[in-house]
Amino acid sequence: MSVLTDVAAFLAAGSNWQPENPDGITARLLEHLQYTGIALAIATAIAIPVGLFIGHTGRFAFIAINAGNAGRALPTLGLLSLVVILVGIGLVPVIVALVVLAIPPLLTSTYAGLQSVDRATVDAARGQGMRERQVLLRTEVPIALPILMSGIRNATLQVVATATVAAYVALGGFGRFLIDGLAVRDYAQVVAGAVLVAALAIVLDLLLAGVQRLVVSPGVSGRALTRTTPRKVSP
Amino acid sequence: MLQYLRTSSPAVLAALGQHVVLALLPVLIGLAVALPVGYLAHRFRWLYPPLLTISSVLYAVPSLALFVVLPVILGTQTLDPLNIVVALSVYTVALLVRTVVDGLASVPPAVTAAATAVGFRPLGLLLRVELPIAVPVILAGLRVATVSNVSLVSVGALLGVGGLGALFTDGLQRDYLAPIITGIVLSVLLALVLDSVIVGVQRVLTPWSRVGER
Amino acid sequence: MTPRPTRRAALVGALATAALALSACGGSNALTPQATSASAAPADTIVIGSANFPENVLLAQMYAAALTAKGVKVSTKLSIGSRETYIPALQDGSIDLLPEYNGNLLSYFSKTPKATDPQGVYAELKAALPPELAVLEQAPAEDKDTLTVTKETAAKYSLTSIADLSGKSANLVLGAGPEFKSRRAGLVGLKDVYGLTFKQFKPLDTGGPLTISALKGGQIDVANVFSTDSAIVTNGFVALTDPKNVFLAQNVVPLITAKKVSPTITSTLNALSAKLTTDVLTAEVKKVQVDKQDPATVADAWVKANLG
Repeated sequence: MSVLTDVAAFLAAGSNWQPENPDGITARLLEHLQYTGIALAIATAIAIPVGLFIGHTGRFAFIAINAGNAGRALPTLGLLSLVVILVGIGLVPVIVALVVLAIPPLLTSTYAGLQSVDRATVDAARGQGMRERQVLLRTEVPIALPILMSGIRNATLQVVATATVAAYVALGGFGRFLIDGLAVRDYAQVVAGAVLVAALAIVLDLLLAGVQRLVVSPGVSGRALTRTTPRKVSP
Repeated sequence: MLQYLRTSSPAVLAALGQHVVLALLPVLIGLAVALPVGYLAHRFRWLYPPLLTISSVLYAVPSLALFVVLPVILGTQTLDPLNIVVALSVYTVALLVRTVVDGLASVPPAVTAAATAVGFRPLGLLLRVELPIAVPVILAGLRVATVSNVSLVSVGALLGVGGLGALFTDGLQRDYLAPIITGIVLSVLLALVLDSVIVGVQRVLTPWSRVGER
Repeated sequence: MTPRPTRRAALVGALATAALALSACGGSNALTPQATSASAAPADTIVIGSANFPENVLLAQMYAAALTAKGVKVSTKLSIGSRETYIPALQDGSIDLLPEYNGNLLSYFSKTPKATDPQGVYAELKAALPPELAVLEQAPAEDKDTLTVTKETAAKYSLTSIADLSGKSANLVLGAGPEFKSRRAGLVGLKDVYGLTFKQFKPLDTGGPLTISALKGGQIDVANVFSTDSAIVTNGFVALTDPKNVFLAQNVVPLITAKKVSPTITSTLNALSAKLTTDVLTAEVKKVQVDKQDPATVADAWVKANLG
């Protein structure tokens, strides 16, 4: 039982949660969120506009299709080592590696989301006199949102789990518990680190699921059906 | 770069060989596990939501942590490549169960009904009707799993078993770009080759999908 | 594509995480070396391992080259990690032989090492080793841990020895491998022997590029660097002396599992160690670290030239 007890002890230790403790869970959580947040923000800013453009115009579709697989094939560890040698240790290598990791799912899902929109719907929107911009933002994006959000959630999951490699190049985050635990063969610390990462990934996914419920129109998600049915029955 | 390749090619080839095994074995194991599990989840729909959640959680466990903790769980040796194989198989299963279910769900009910009507028994229906129709969806998932595995194997280098990943740690240790670039290029090439192989397999397995092209 | 989590889903997730932790616990007995004594390699093959830094990889390759030349079957598993990782690997039979450093190895097995000189440390080490492990003759070559600072830091705080850090260390950030934190030849010893506590400990790598880069870039003030590291000379760093010997003698010594010791292996590696001086080691490490030559090639060439 020793490992489990040690993990529990590690996670329960008050000193590990004090914000002032630079090696504590709170400090590591903030670092982990920082890497994840910056990387996702940059990746979103790149991938979603590009995905919208490709999906809307249908041009350069091969980029969106192939970026998925090519991007996934780039080994994060290799990329990280490469950028560390080029620019030295710091935030940049980690962010670069995580952005490269996050772009493929975001790009592919944005494109796939727009592809899933019925062409007849788009024609109808044009027929009503919508401009291209309006067609995209008011018709295509709302309908594509469920698939787009699934891409964002997928990217978040991967980035949270992979941000642990930051510790390999001397930064912080929950990966510190993995690398430091590994160096001194402290399994409790390693398992605690893994539990924290998985828990953070689940919490963020639940939050994004909530966001998805808020932003996806009930008409698209299908919830409108279940909601309106009783109303029709009652007078 | 050339000097590196000239002098270190035996080490690079050995790393590549290990990488291929470590990346491919989990794909085969993962597929073998995911097919029956996915079929069960397809037959018994109540299994699907918890299975999906478990696979999401497993996917959220950092690979490095899994590599480190597995010897403790399995009782394997510290440097046993089995640890990497099992960890990646877990990820592959997590990813493929969903695709298998989606693939089986993509079979039009009319087709299953027709097959039942002409006398297919459940096993025959599954093997000769449902699975072939599900092949494109399942193989799409298999492509993702294979390519991610190729990338993930390198993380094992932090524990001394990582195929091409050893080139990354070596390069970082010696402040030397050549091994890192070699590793990245070979890793991407390997992923592309394996990906093309699966696409080829798909073409062979689903001859009907090409009829329209002609 | 992704599932839509519900409260039930979250619960299942939490359970799965707990199950992972539980299963990790259930198998913890497997950590004891006896539980996994099955050897992966054929009995007549010597599996040579190494720590995860270039010099140790090079030494492992030298052992491999020398043994191969004498007809011993060898295979290598290099860059395993820190001592805390590879000693268990040695004990569970994953590897059989590894280049070690007498002082740090002694500190791993003995909480309170007394000797500090090469011969004393070697004698004490032999007594401290568990019965399943053995050391062969040690080499004159030493690669000591040092605390190293930049020329500027040395001038600013007038530092030449570790003792000079007294009263100043609270303003300085120390960088080293993660294991340095809990080792006696590390933070523990620095506090006990010199009374030093640092402003912050930054876990980097074991005397590797991250440490050097952080020292150069000013992210750390004091770094744990190995004395044979070419970077000390290249960057004009100052390696502080260690008058109270927190860092023990660090002679290179082959560590081997006792049941794999044979007369051929002993005579071959003893002959190799006899030729291995600090100057030789520093020069050969430079070929790998600075000139970027392949460790196996450098090792082969050295073995051919010196043991031929």
